[in-house]
Amino acid sequence: MSNHEHNHGEHECTCFPGFKHDTLIPMVGVITDIREETPDVKTFRVNAPEGGKLFEHMPGQCAMLCVPGVSEGMFSITSSPTNKEYQEFSIKRCGMLTEMLHSLEVGSEITVRGPYGNNFPVDTVLKGKDLVFIAGGIGLAPLRSVINYVIDNRADYGKVDIIYGSRSADDLVQLKEIREVWMNTPGINVHLTIDREQEGWEGHVGFVPTFVKELGEAGQVEFGINTISLICGPPIMIKFVLGALSDMGVSKTQIYTTLELRMKCGVGKCGRCNIGSKYVCKDGPVFRFDEIDELPPEY
Amino acid sequence: MYKIAKENLASLFALIHETNELYLPVQVAGQTNFAAWSEDACVDLDTLKTVKSPKDVFFPQSETLYTCNKEDNKLRITPEALVDAPFVVFGMKACDIKGIEVLDRVFLSDPVDSFYAARREHGIIVALACHEPEESCFCKVFGVDCTEPAADVATWMIEGELYWKALTEKGEKLTEAVKSLLTETCEAKVEAEKSAVKEIVEKLPYSNLSLEGWNGDVLTEKFNDELWNELYKPCLACGTCTFVCPTCQCYDIKDYNTGNGVQRYRCWDSCMYSDFTMMAHGNNRNSQMQRFRQRFMHKLVYFPANNDGMYSCVGCGRCVDKCPASLNIVKVIKAFSEKGDK
Amino acid sequence: MQELITRAKELLADGTVARVLGWKIGDMPYNPEPAYFETVESLDKFVYNGFCGANLSKYMIEASKLEGKTLVCLKPCDTYSFNQLLTEHRVDRDKAYIIGVGCKGKLDIEKIKKTGIKGITAISGAEMTDACDTLEIDTIYGKKSCSYADGMLERCHVCKGKEHKIYDEIIGESRDTADGERFAEVARIEAMSPEEKFEFFKSELSKCIRCNACRNVCPACSCRKCVFDSTKFDSAQKANVDSFEEKMFHIIRAFHVAGRCTDCGECSRVCPQGIPLHLFNRKFIKDINEIYGEYVAGAEAGSRAPLVNFDTEDAEPSIVNER
Repeated sequence: MSNHEHNHGEHECTCFPGFKHDTLIPMVGVITDIREETPDVKTFRVNAPEGGKLFEHMPGQCAMLCVPGVSEGMFSITSSPTNKEYQEFSIKRCGMLTEMLHSLEVGSEITVRGPYGNNFPVDTVLKGKDLVFIAGGIGLAPLRSVINYVIDNRADYGKVDIIYGSRSADDLVQLKEIREVWMNTPGINVHLTIDREQEGWEGHVGFVPTFVKELGEAGQVEFGINTISLICGPPIMIKFVLGALSDMGVSKTQIYTTLELRMKCGVGKCGRCNIGSKYVCKDGPVFRFDEIDELPPEY
Repeated sequence: MYKIAKENLASLFALIHETNELYLPVQVAGQTNFAAWSEDACVDLDTLKTVKSPKDVFFPQSETLYTCNKEDNKLRITPEALVDAPFVVFGMKACDIKGIEVLDRVFLSDPVDSFYAARREHGIIVALACHEPEESCFCKVFGVDCTEPAADVATWMIEGELYWKALTEKGEKLTEAVKSLLTETCEAKVEAEKSAVKEIVEKLPYSNLSLEGWNGDVLTEKFNDELWNELYKPCLACGTCTFVCPTCQCYDIKDYNTGNGVQRYRCWDSCMYSDFTMMAHGNNRNSQMQRFRQRFMHKLVYFPANNDGMYSCVGCGRCVDKCPASLNIVKVIKAFSEKGDK
Repeated sequence: MQELITRAKELLADGTVARVLGWKIGDMPYNPEPAYFETVESLDKFVYNGFCGANLSKYMIEASKLEGKTLVCLKPCDTYSFNQLLTEHRVDRDKAYIIGVGCKGKLDIEKIKKTGIKGITAISGAEMTDACDTLEIDTIYGKKSCSYADGMLERCHVCKGKEHKIYDEIIGESRDTADGERFAEVARIEAMSPEEKFEFFKSELSKCIRCNACRNVCPACSCRKCVFDSTKFDSAQKANVDSFEEKMFHIIRAFHVAGRCTDCGECSRVCPQGIPLHLFNRKFIKDINEIYGEYVAGAEAGSRAPLVNFDTEDAEPSIVNER
């Protein structure tokens, strides 16, 4: 390899404005902890080989994880930036790459590049607002980053409600943290639900959109003009939650979500994750719903 | 302004090659494409359009980005070294140079693609003005003047002599290096050639194609147009248009297992391919109509929306010449304006 | 052509067919495109001339899934492909109303342009009348001409014959345009030394840009999902990382269509780099003919191809191996 100043190993180069370590070249990350959340979801803790975090990120941003020789995929960073020690990714087993990731053990090395994309506006729009988080299944992953950020900067935000549901009690991710941390934080109300009755489950049963409506109509969760809702889950859930919120008079400008499409580069150049003229990897993944309405329905 | 006789071009190429890699149109098995010069290469400056555009000199069809090795369960990433020696691309046409301008918008915008940027920095473009434009050409529509290519050096082939004019500092430097083979001359012949070719351009059947109604603001209207359901039908879903196009820049990133490590490479991809947007849990463009629409919407609406109105088409006409189903961007544009006329 | 349009209008108007699959007039003298016509009025844009080389058989795979019958225009050689697709249960005979269209050889615009003709604005002599042996070509650089035969596609020089192998009716006269020996080029390559052969194919295949046009146009390549498109396959489609992959792609494809290829020549017609891809397939056809006896894929629907049919008279493997 040449020792020229453009050498990729060197992070500094000033030949072009913005010229730095190429974003397509990853870093090595070490898996330092694996938690089995559900039968098909694991949370992976990732550190730099020399310890510490690989990079700084904001809630809602994503990173490309890769098992060399298998494939690479975009995953949302589920840990909060306020966590100064590591980054976490909650990953559901559903394809070739995730299958491979699930077979890894603590100590395994993967490659990581990022962070990519925009983030939930935690330092601007969300400040001082009441927040309602609505998540289904693995959809909690990106929202968890925001929730923990809000908890760690509790004074900056109003009331917080978390409505979270899954197929069954066994499919609720981050249950330990939900019970031990979120439920014990003042000003945070957690509302859990599962799709069908299950032995040993004493909480609410029913789909998330219906639950949202029930909670709203009963006044247990308030969707006022000072409330911002953040939604993530399967497309069908999002669709019905939107309907429910709209019925309750919530404006689309008060709702944020995060989208997912096939991504390869992460920086809006490889050309596949566009919806109209917006690239999900670069202009998203976080969108306000009124912005989504202006995009062609191709997601 | 300088000139050199056509029969002395071999010496010119040899001289350039002494200090630079040299890429130029070379004929292999009956087809002309840009390739590295060697003494026995069959250089072809007469063919107006190479099959593939020369974009792969700056953005190769496949290139390794890094190698990843595993030793004692530790991963080691060795990035591919960037191009760091000057090279010359000879014989690029004005439309293809405009194509590079389009690619610059993509690869040199933040975050800069260092692989591409290094090639742009070290590449010296010697353009060749068009002498006999063809019926599939419509560069004029995109504001390209095929008689006046904007490069480091512009050249004109007139009556067996190549006229040479440096336009940039890089071009001056190259001119200096090959001056021994050039003789000084006046611009009169070049001026006459330019106006003669401009007259031909006016007569080309596509030169007055109207782009009215195509810009970054018509997204919803054009996206929802029923016409796409008709237009895509003959499309074979191959990638010919994409791969011969000077502005198509979509790429894939993949791993190649060498048996002794993994090479991460990127290669051209096509939005026409069924797996382009395929994910583990589905595909957001699962019909050929959607994929077909994507390609033209990208060139005529999405790209201008993101790049101050610049289209991602330069009118080189390669898709017009090469589409196996005789479909192309001109037919798409015309179909929309005919519909508008009704 | 007028007779064809009139008949198509009749069949469309009386409801016999729901649509017409033919060619729509292009915006150049030589670029008609395959098209569906669903109304009588739309047929005003129907065209059939020497540049209608596209084999419409493969479009019938999709058309077979549509409601009602599709009138499809097939040239004599296209009917072989249609039969082969019928044999493979990829098209539905009941969904097709086949008009066998007359053919006197189809033109290759690339070949015409290779003679140095550029800036084409009009071509006469490409109409499907019998009189023209010469193409009169207007260009912005003056009037040019080219003999019809010189402008013909390679496949027409080794025409399989003027007979339509399957049809509901025939409109127009056909002419057997063969003036060359079909296997001559294959024999020439067979006679090369292994090094020469390798050089020949290397220089041809190094041009491949992996655009998949040959595969996508091929009526024998009708798999719903091609192995080269599988994300699970290590050398999936797009990357021509090294020449090995290119060679593998074309050779695997040739093996896959062996015994099923009707030699329709579409692969070579559409290749943007002018690779004579038909030679691979023709080599297989020649071998099959020599080892198992003459066989023409698609000559008859439902026929058992030698490679999928065992017979006690079959050549012994040792004979095959000796070759």
